[in-house]
Amino acid sequence: MDSPLIPHGVKRCTPGVFFLWTLPWLALLAWGGLSAFLCLWKGLNQTNMSNVFAFALWIVFDLAVIALGAGAFFTGFLTYIVGRKELKSIINTAVVIGFICYSGAMVMLGIDIGQPVRGWFIMWHANIHSMLVEVSFCITCYLVVLAIEFIPLILENRQIEKVKELRFLGHNLHEIMAVFAATGTFLSFFHQGSLGGMFGVMYARPFAAREGFYIWPWTFFLFVLSAIACGPCFTILCTKLTEFLSRKKLVPDDAIEFLAKLSGRLLAVYLILKTFDYLGWIYGIVPRSGLTFMDFFRDGPYGVWLIVAEMIFCGLLPAIILLTPGGRKSQGALIFASLLNCTGIVLNRFLFIIVTLAVPVMPFDRFWGYLPTWQEWGIGLAVVGYGFLVFSLAYRYLPMFPKEIELNPVPSE
Amino acid sequence: MTPLSFEWQWNIEYVIFFGLLYVALGIIGGGITFVAIKTALQVFGFMRERKFHD
Repeated sequence: MDSPLIPHGVKRCTPGVFFLWTLPWLALLAWGGLSAFLCLWKGLNQTNMSNVFAFALWIVFDLAVIALGAGAFFTGFLTYIVGRKELKSIINTAVVIGFICYSGAMVMLGIDIGQPVRGWFIMWHANIHSMLVEVSFCITCYLVVLAIEFIPLILENRQIEKVKELRFLGHNLHEIMAVFAATGTFLSFFHQGSLGGMFGVMYARPFAAREGFYIWPWTFFLFVLSAIACGPCFTILCTKLTEFLSRKKLVPDDAIEFLAKLSGRLLAVYLILKTFDYLGWIYGIVPRSGLTFMDFFRDGPYGVWLIVAEMIFCGLLPAIILLTPGGRKSQGALIFASLLNCTGIVLNRFLFIIVTLAVPVMPFDRFWGYLPTWQEWGIGLAVVGYGFLVFSLAYRYLPMFPKEIELNPVPSE
Repeated sequence: MTPLSFEWQWNIEYVIFFGLLYVALGIIGGGITFVAIKTALQVFGFMRERKFHD
């Protein structure tokens, strides 16, 4: 039925099977839609956010997907600026993932601010001393850049390409993509960094506060580094999942190998710097605040195990696997390491957002607990459903993997 | 916010912060305008389409 829309020379499942595949993701979107409607109609009392937890599940999702989507800007930088030709076989996937992550995060933020129609206030009535304002500027501009990077791929659809004007537009956009990739790299560097910087300057919250260089706390640089260390791994994970589900090879090994190796090296550098950061924090900021390291973990479910899991199981272990040639060559080990790397970054963002707000600061403070409501889960998981849906549609109707035909020749009948 | 807005203050912080924003927006807008003009010239036959690889 939809075969005229499917790219030439590739095989896709039947429309019926594809429709069944989309049902769970549509269900998640419906759940999210209902939750969003309730939040916008009745207000943020539909959530368990409070004066203590002004940042909650949605911000964890936001920061996690923004870090995971960093593969787009980093792969774009390597492809268009550095000139790594082997990455051309995976850049489209990275862009689609980046677009999904950033657009999903923006929609979630629209609900989170409670009054989305006033979202533009942060741009027009900007508080230039706020890291969040810089984040909003850069994320909004970068989403525009990602849309511009995504458009040429959409215009390569078999039917759309027949329209001469749109084909010219797509080709011309593609020709100056390096300019957009460079702008995207600049914007991404600053918003990834400012997201970290925002926590580092919380001097009244010793769990998050850090020292730093000039106006930037160390968390500024660590957030950038952690994002570019895990972003490529998330791109690898999505590619491998698509290969598993479609039972095809979609990206040549050299591109995956290069991204995995780079990710491993960046993760190793990040872990070394993060260890120094933790030591400086434990022996510097924490005692100066009149606390000890263990004071943070006296109450509640968040123990030292979270930091051990972040640094050892989701940091050191994947770094070793990704740095070992044998580990990168083994499909199972590569997927396991990528999964751990991505889990590590989610854990890191969770620590900075939830644990920072939950732990007591003053001697008379108590530990604050937080559990999201079904509406909060609904909106968070809707982003997952939206991601699967857009990625599936892009895979079905667009030439997302340029080497697919070469790697999977269709036998002539 | 623009330099014409009442909240604007003429100091280095505003100039750097908004200057960089407007540079980024300028590059994005300039790029889109360039592509739009080039496409229009090609569509109306004033410019030839370049053969495109990859």
